[in-house]
Amino acid sequence: MTRNGLLRGGAFVAAGIAFPLLFNAAWLVNIGILTLMYAALAVSWNLFSGFTGYITLGQVAFFGLGAYSLGITFEHFGIGSGYNPFYVLPIVGACVAFASLPVAWIALRTRAMTFAIVTLTLLFIVQQLAFNLHSLTHGSSGLMLPTPTTFGVDNYDRPFYYAMLGLVLLALLICWGILRSKLGLMLLSIREDEEKARGLGIRVTGTKLVAWWLHVFVTAMVGGVWAYYLTFIYPESSVDPLVMIGAVLMTFLGGRGTLWGPVVGALVLVPAQQYMLIHLGGSQLYLVGYAAVFMVVLLVLPRGIIPSIRDGVVRTRERQRTRGGAAKAAV
Amino acid sequence: MHQVIQAVILGLLIGGVYALMASGLTLVFGIMRVINVAQGALVILAAYLSYALFSHAHVDPFLSVLIVTPAMFVLGVLVQIVFVRSLRGDDAEELSLLVTWALALGIEGVLSVIFKTTYRATSPSYADKTLTVFGYQVQFVRLMAFVGSAALLLVLSLLLTRTKFGRAVRATVQNPTAATLLGVDANRVQTLSFGLGVSMAAAAGAVYGVIYPFNPGSHYDLISRLLSIVVLGGLGSLGGAVVAALVMGVTEAVVAVEWQPTWASFSYFIVLIVVLLIRPQGIFGVRERAL
Repeated sequence: MTRNGLLRGGAFVAAGIAFPLLFNAAWLVNIGILTLMYAALAVSWNLFSGFTGYITLGQVAFFGLGAYSLGITFEHFGIGSGYNPFYVLPIVGACVAFASLPVAWIALRTRAMTFAIVTLTLLFIVQQLAFNLHSLTHGSSGLMLPTPTTFGVDNYDRPFYYAMLGLVLLALLICWGILRSKLGLMLLSIREDEEKARGLGIRVTGTKLVAWWLHVFVTAMVGGVWAYYLTFIYPESSVDPLVMIGAVLMTFLGGRGTLWGPVVGALVLVPAQQYMLIHLGGSQLYLVGYAAVFMVVLLVLPRGIIPSIRDGVVRTRERQRTRGGAAKAAV
Repeated sequence: MHQVIQAVILGLLIGGVYALMASGLTLVFGIMRVINVAQGALVILAAYLSYALFSHAHVDPFLSVLIVTPAMFVLGVLVQIVFVRSLRGDDAEELSLLVTWALALGIEGVLSVIFKTTYRATSPSYADKTLTVFGYQVQFVRLMAFVGSAALLLVLSLLLTRTKFGRAVRATVQNPTAATLLGVDANRVQTLSFGLGVSMAAAAGAVYGVIYPFNPGSHYDLISRLLSIVVLGGLGSLGGAVVAALVMGVTEAVVAVEWQPTWASFSYFIVLIVVLLIRPQGIFGVRERAL
């Protein structure tokens, strides 16, 4: 890890831990939780789509599956209250991720655009299931989770905040590990030219499935924390196309394929989103505003903030170097 | 048995309308490799336009096709010029997916501001009329919708096979570079066909409002169907889209009758997954090569 990377990571962790201690107000911590939730979703979306180049639009299906899995486990196995459900999360995440592998394998037989569409239909399939499997999910009337009573009233939000923070860090660690490992190199070679990668002896399908498993693992856990936080979930809210597009938008804004890009995107967009939600009222004009922001990001900054800044820095350095060279030549 | 045949008839009639919507989607993909996620929202927009014409000016919904379609053609041309054409670079295709999704959100937002989110339906006096043919019930509006859709699809295929514009379009589908070298104005072809794709959505939408109640959020349901149709048929294949739309209509109707209506649309997704397992490129699709 470079010194700069260590500094960046340390600063993020410190700021993340300090935030709810400095700002007590429940609404601020609530926005913090949402920001971290989207950051975790965006980082794990980037983990699959940013590194492999296969755009998935079905991530939120696994967010919903995670949420419902936790809810259903509550109802049928009595996993207790307080902090206990947090410990169950990794099992929920792993189970959802393993269950998603067959579908992913089928979807990954298709290429590029078709893959994006198949994953998008996956989103609608899971929403339909949540509506239809009435005995498990209670359909459109929604699923209640027990309210954790041990967290106290004053700092009720804090455990959820730190759980989300933990998931962001986990996702970032996975990404960081991948970027430094052979797996990362294999994924990037698939993104650049899948046929050549296959020709070089890379097991492309297996590699893609590993990245897929990891991204679903994190996503499902985020869904679980979200469900426990809200204590009430229903099909439209837990498999929401708007959440999907939010995570994608944040990754695009920050920069695809970069480590910190999705986090930067979430830090910029979630507070903006909440502001619009409050000031434009309801979800009507809010949708128009959201669409407008989306358009601007895609048309003006299609490569994202971090790659643009990096290019800017490189260009300035080069200009300085050539100017220095020219000055020397003049002397 | 009687029930099943009845369901098949209903399914085919509805499938025809979906085929019209999906034809625009698959045409646009074939020409410029753009998936127009806003196709569903554009259908709903057309449904609202025709609803407004009917409730304020008493224009018959089937006649309003003649007004709504040209208007939406112009809208489609503008959308292509402003949003889609400006996308450049290696991942323009993926970006177009997201840009048109944003467009869909924008349309949904504007419609919910103007019309609110209550369900509407365009109900002309003949909305509930049914014909009985050999003992089978056929709703008059659905029959009209099917006949109209089939006629428009015929016009579209004649346009593509018999005119100079159609030849330019097919040349662009086969090989854009070669077509440009032979003097085809690629920009013009792309813009006009995007407009054409949107007007297919418009024509279908004007009729859609008579058959189904709709609200601004209905476009999610529509686009999930339309996307499955074009993938099932094979992206870019017009004939494939028509066949897949009919398959979908029939599957849904039969499952709804024989099993449960709530599982109807789900059954179709199963068909899609099974087909993709055997033929990843769809029924009539050409295998995509690595980019």
